Amino acid sequence: MKIAVQTEAFDLGAEVDAMRAGRTDIGAIASFVGLARDLNESSGVAAMTLEHYPGMTEKALAALVDEANTRWTLLDVSVIHRVGRLLPGDPIVLVAVASMHRGEAFAACEFIMDYLKTQAPFWKKEETSEGERWVEARASDDAAAARWDAS
Amino acid sequence: MTLRILYFARLRERFGLAEETLAFAGATAADLVAQLQARGGVWAEELAAGRAFRMAVNQDIVTLDAVLPDHAEIAIFPPVTGG
Repeated sequence: MKIAVQTEAFDLGAEVDAMRAGRTDIGAIASFVGLARDLNESSGVAAMTLEHYPGMTEKALAALVDEANTRWTLLDVSVIHRVGRLLPGDPIVLVAVASMHRGEAFAACEFIMDYLKTQAPFWKKEETSEGERWVEARASDDAAAARWDAS
Repeated sequence: MTLRILYFARLRERFGLAEETLAFAGATAADLVAQLQARGGVWAEELAAGRAFRMAVNQDIVTLDAVLPDHAEIAIFPPVTGG
């Protein structure tokens, strides 16, 4: 398992290579990369700054991965989340999940992202043409996380 | 008891405070919120009933009925928006 909170960019290919290096038991790796957009709530976003709660962030991400491990049989998980100032097009978050078969990797990857959006202590502040604004939490993110509780 | 309280993101900016140490005579997270609301102004406004904020005790998210241990690290922050 790899959990990282960092200002530096990451490379999806390098992370996947590291995950599969030296092992032949992995049959599937599903990955997700979230990017900074240039448009949110109908105004242009020139940049954003991600703040987090050092200490709790790493703990919360590890707890998400632990929860995924109780729900699916996983061989490895990597979660990388960037903080600091990011520009449109910059990668923000990476989740990669390795398992024997694709179903578990796909499901666990989506589960981790849905829970990360509502549980991990990160906050985005956007720089727009109308000034700076904190991004508001979305009800659709709560709904996305809640559907994993229903099943 | 003594609590260390951290504020993040929009609430840190509104309160003009990132961190404080507070003498606390209550028991629960709700008691702490009431004590902070009593400061009036932005405190009363942002922590009013119905406003969306989260609390963590020693880095775990809790509900308002949580009992606060002495010397706990408390954090109060807006709903999260990472990912």
